[in-house]
Amino acid sequence: MRRFIEFRRSRHNRLVDSFELACCERDAGWSNWGWSNWSSPTRSFLLIGLLLASMGAGAQELLIRNATVHTATAQGTLKNADVLVSGGTIRAVGTGLSAPAGAQVIDAQGRPVTPTLFGGITEIGLEEVSGEKDTVDDTLALGAETKQMTVRPEFDVTLAFNPDSILIPVTRIEGIGWTLLGAGTATGGSIVAGQGGIVRLDGSADPIGPRELFLRIGGDAAGLSGNSRAAQWMILDQLIDEVRGRISPDANAALLTPAGRATLAKYLNGGGRVVVQVNRAADIRQLLRWSARHNVRIAIAGGAEAWRVAPMLASAKVPVFVDPLGNLPMDFDQIGATMENAARLRAAGVQVGFTQSGDASHNARKIRQLAGNAVANGLPWEDGLAGLTRVPAETFGVADRLGSIAPGKRADLVMWSGDPLEVNAVALQVWMDGRAIPMRSRQTELRDRYLKTAAPAADGGMPRAYPASGR
Amino acid sequence: MIRPLAAALVAALAIGGAQAAPADSSASSSTSRSGNSFTQDPYPSTYQRIAAAPVLISGATVLTGTGQRLDGADVLLQDGKVVAVGTGLQAPAGATRVDGTGKWVTPGLIDVHSHLGVYPSPGVSAHSDGNEMTAPTTPNVWAEHSIWPQDPGFATALAGGITSLQILPGSANLIGGRGVTLKNVAATTYQAMKFPGAPWGLKMACGENPKRVYGQKSGPATRMGNVAGYRAAFIDASEYLRKNGGKKAADDGQPKKKRWWQSSSDNSDSEKDTGGKRDLKLDTLAGAINGDILVHIHCYRADEMAVMLDLAKEFGFKVAAFHHGVEAYKLADRLAAENVCGALWADWWGFKMEAFDGIQENIALVDRPPNSCAIVHSDSGEGIQRLNQEAAKAMAHAKLAGIDIPPERAIRWMTQNAAKALGIVEKTGTLEPGKMGDVVVWNGNPFSVYAHAEQVYIDGARVFDRNDRSRQPLSDFMLGQGASAGTSTGGVE
Repeated sequence: MRRFIEFRRSRHNRLVDSFELACCERDAGWSNWGWSNWSSPTRSFLLIGLLLASMGAGAQELLIRNATVHTATAQGTLKNADVLVSGGTIRAVGTGLSAPAGAQVIDAQGRPVTPTLFGGITEIGLEEVSGEKDTVDDTLALGAETKQMTVRPEFDVTLAFNPDSILIPVTRIEGIGWTLLGAGTATGGSIVAGQGGIVRLDGSADPIGPRELFLRIGGDAAGLSGNSRAAQWMILDQLIDEVRGRISPDANAALLTPAGRATLAKYLNGGGRVVVQVNRAADIRQLLRWSARHNVRIAIAGGAEAWRVAPMLASAKVPVFVDPLGNLPMDFDQIGATMENAARLRAAGVQVGFTQSGDASHNARKIRQLAGNAVANGLPWEDGLAGLTRVPAETFGVADRLGSIAPGKRADLVMWSGDPLEVNAVALQVWMDGRAIPMRSRQTELRDRYLKTAAPAADGGMPRAYPASGR
Repeated sequence: MIRPLAAALVAALAIGGAQAAPADSSASSSTSRSGNSFTQDPYPSTYQRIAAAPVLISGATVLTGTGQRLDGADVLLQDGKVVAVGTGLQAPAGATRVDGTGKWVTPGLIDVHSHLGVYPSPGVSAHSDGNEMTAPTTPNVWAEHSIWPQDPGFATALAGGITSLQILPGSANLIGGRGVTLKNVAATTYQAMKFPGAPWGLKMACGENPKRVYGQKSGPATRMGNVAGYRAAFIDASEYLRKNGGKKAADDGQPKKKRWWQSSSDNSDSEKDTGGKRDLKLDTLAGAINGDILVHIHCYRADEMAVMLDLAKEFGFKVAAFHHGVEAYKLADRLAAENVCGALWADWWGFKMEAFDGIQENIALVDRPPNSCAIVHSDSGEGIQRLNQEAAKAMAHAKLAGIDIPPERAIRWMTQNAAKALGIVEKTGTLEPGKMGDVVVWNGNPFSVYAHAEQVYIDGARVFDRNDRSRQPLSDFMLGQGASAGTSTGGVE
C-alpha cells in the first residue's frame, strides 16, 4: 500500500480509507538536452495552428519528414527519417519518402517522433474526481464487509468507460495515447478484482483488444482473505475447482456465479492475460508456481521485489510493470524496493513495462518520468521506451495495432520537443489515426484564462469568466 | 526578506542559539510567559555539525540560489560555512578538492512540506503519527514529538539533495499543530536533527480534509464551520495573548493599528490579567500572532486562500505560505503583493474536488509577479527525492506557454524561496559567504530526469556521496533486511 499523506487516491490503497494519511540522440549526452533543439514557443504554436487548420479538411494522408523516429521495433531509432500515413495507418517508414499529392507534410526538423505512449494501468474515464465516489467506477464491492466477500470475475470496468472524461484530453496532449483500464479491489469485493481492457484516448467509446483479469496478492490484500495471504491461494484454488466442476455450483462454499465461472475459464489453460498486483518476492514465487500449475498467463504490476526472483520471471516469460520511483520500503512487502528494479529485471531477461502506484489516472502523464528514472538508474534507454510502447502492447494483446512505428500500425504518433523520457521535454503534437489532435484540454483553457492580464473593473474590464476579458 | 520572518528569526535565535547549540541554551525556558516567550523550547536542538576539512569545488556551473548563474566557478566551504563563490579561488591548506568540471553546484535543497518520520516507511499503523485526529483544533501538538528518526526516507531524500526540511503535522485538523525544521542528517534523536534557531511552523488546513474527517463526528462539517473553528481558536488566543503580555510591537515603522482584542489603553497587559494556567494550544497560536511561529496553510482553492488572508488580518498574524495551492495561479498577484509564498506541486491534480483546477503552469504563474515566492514542495517520500525533476516539469510547461524560466531562477523554488518560508534564509538556502555549507554537487544540469546528486554537503561535511558507499547513510531499520537470501537491501543503492 502506498500511503500519501494528502488524499491522492491510488489503485493500491483501496483497502484502507487512508485519506488522512489523510532519443533522442543519446549520444549527444543528456546534459546537452536543453532547449537548443526546440523551436520557440511562437513557432510551436504556429506549427500547431497549421495542423489544426488542416484538420477539418480531413487530412487522410500525412508525411512527417526529417524526424528522429524511435520505432520501438527491432529497427530501433532512425535519424532523418520520414513516416508516411494514409487512411489512419502507417504505410511506410524510411528516408526520402515522397509525399502523395494532397498529403499534409510536416517537417519535424530532427525532433523525436514516437508511437503514442502507454499510460499505465489507470482509471482514466472510470473516475473523474477520485474523492467523489459518484464519479468513480473502477471497484466492485457488493458485500458490505470483508467477511461478505463477493467474487465476481465477470465484473468488467470497461462498461463504465466515459470517453468524454476531461482526463482524456489532459492525458493525451502529453503524448499518452492508450491505457489499460484496471479493476480495483476493495472491502466487500475480493482479491479477484474483475476485468479491464485497453482503451485509446482518441475519444472512441469502446476498448480494443482482449480483456485482462485483475488479481491482487499480498499483505495489503490480506484483509480480503481472512487476514492471511496464505488464504489467497486457497481461495484461488477453490475458484479453479468451481470452474472445473469439482465443486458443485449449489455447494454452500461456492463463490462464483455462472457468468463468473465462464469468465474465469477464459483465463485458464493459456487463455487471457491475468494482471497480478503483487510486491513481495515470496509471494511472486508462490504466484509463479500457481500460474504454472494452472497454465495461467500472468503479468505482474508493482513487483517491488521482483528483482529478487528475476531469473524465475525471465524463464517463465512473465512481464513486470514496475514503478521505478518506488524505492522506499512502503510496507513489509516492499522491503527490497530499489530504483534499480527495472534495470536488474531487464538485465536478467525480463520484459519490463511501467505503471504508476500513485494517482495513476489524473497524473498518468507522469509515467514518462518513471521510465526516465529507470534509465537514470541503469535501464538501457531503448528498454525505457519499450516499457511505454512495445512491452505493454505485446503483453495486453494489441501489438498488431499499437506500440510501434511500422507499416500497418495505427498512425498514433507523437512529436516531442526533446528526449521523450525527459522531464524537460514536452509533446508538441499528437496524431491519432493520422489526424492531429487539438493540443487543448480543460487545463490549457484554465492556463490561458489566467495567463492573460485581467483588465481592471475600474477600466471597464470584464471578469475572467467572460471570453474576451484579457488583454 | 519579509520583516515578520526576520523578527521571528531573531527571536528564535535568542532561544535556540546558533550553530551547534548546546543543550543548555534553553536556559530561558524558566523565564516568565510574556512578550514572545510562547516559543520557549524545552526540547532544544542538540545538532552538531560534523567537522570537516575545507572543501574547494572548482570549475563548476554554480547556481547560487540568489538568481545568479556562474559558469566555471569555484565554491569554497570552510568551518561549516560557505566562505567564497567565484573564480580562481585558492584552496586553504589541507582542503579537499572536488573537480567540478561538467558538474553543477547548487545550494542544498529544502522541502517545506514533508511528513518523513511522522508518516514513515514502512507505513505501519504503529508509526502513523502525523495527524492528531481527535479534535479539529490541536495547536498543542508538536510534529517533532512524532518523528521516528529511523525513517529510511530521510536517507533517500538526502540522495536527492535535500539538506533541510520542515516536518509538518497532517491536514486532518483545522489547526494541526507545530511543524519543525530539521537538518537532514542521520541521527538517533530528532533533537540531533533539529535545525538550530529555526522557527516553528504552525500547520493549518482549509477545505475538504477537516470537514471530511469531522463531518460525521463533532464537526466542522462545512467550510463555514471550518472558518468558525479557526476564528474561535484565534479569539481564545487573542485573549490569552492579551493576558500574557500582548502582541509584540511591530517594528515595521507603520502606525500601530488597533485590534479589536486590544483594550483602550496601550498598556493592555494589566498586572491583574497576567497569569492563569499555561495553555499549550494558546501558546502556539499566540506565538503565531506574534510572528515567532510561521503559519503554513494547506489550502487548494484560490477563494479559500483569500478567506485565510482575511482571517490573518482579522487576528493579526501573517501567512508564510499556502501549501498544495493548486489554484494559487488564480491569485498569484495578491500572494506576491502580500509576501505570501506558494508551496506547490508540478502536476498533481484531480484526486479530489478542490484539486480539480490544477494546471502544470501553476508554479510558473505564481513565480511571475514581482516579489513572488514560488516553492516546489513534495508532501511525499517519493517527491522529496526529486524536487529538481518537479521543477524541470514546471519549467518545460512554462516554456510551452511562452514563459522562459532559466535554471538560476528555478533553483530558487527549492532553495532561497523555501528558506524564506521557513524563516531560515539568513542561514541557508543560498551560496552566499557566511551561509551554512549546505551544498549539492550534481553530475550535470539538475533540471533533467538523468541528473543525480553526486555529493551532498551539510554544514561543510560530505554526508552523501553517490560514488562512495562509506558516505551513504542507512537507517537502523534497513540493517540486515534481505540477509537470509544473501541479497542486499534496497534504498538508494
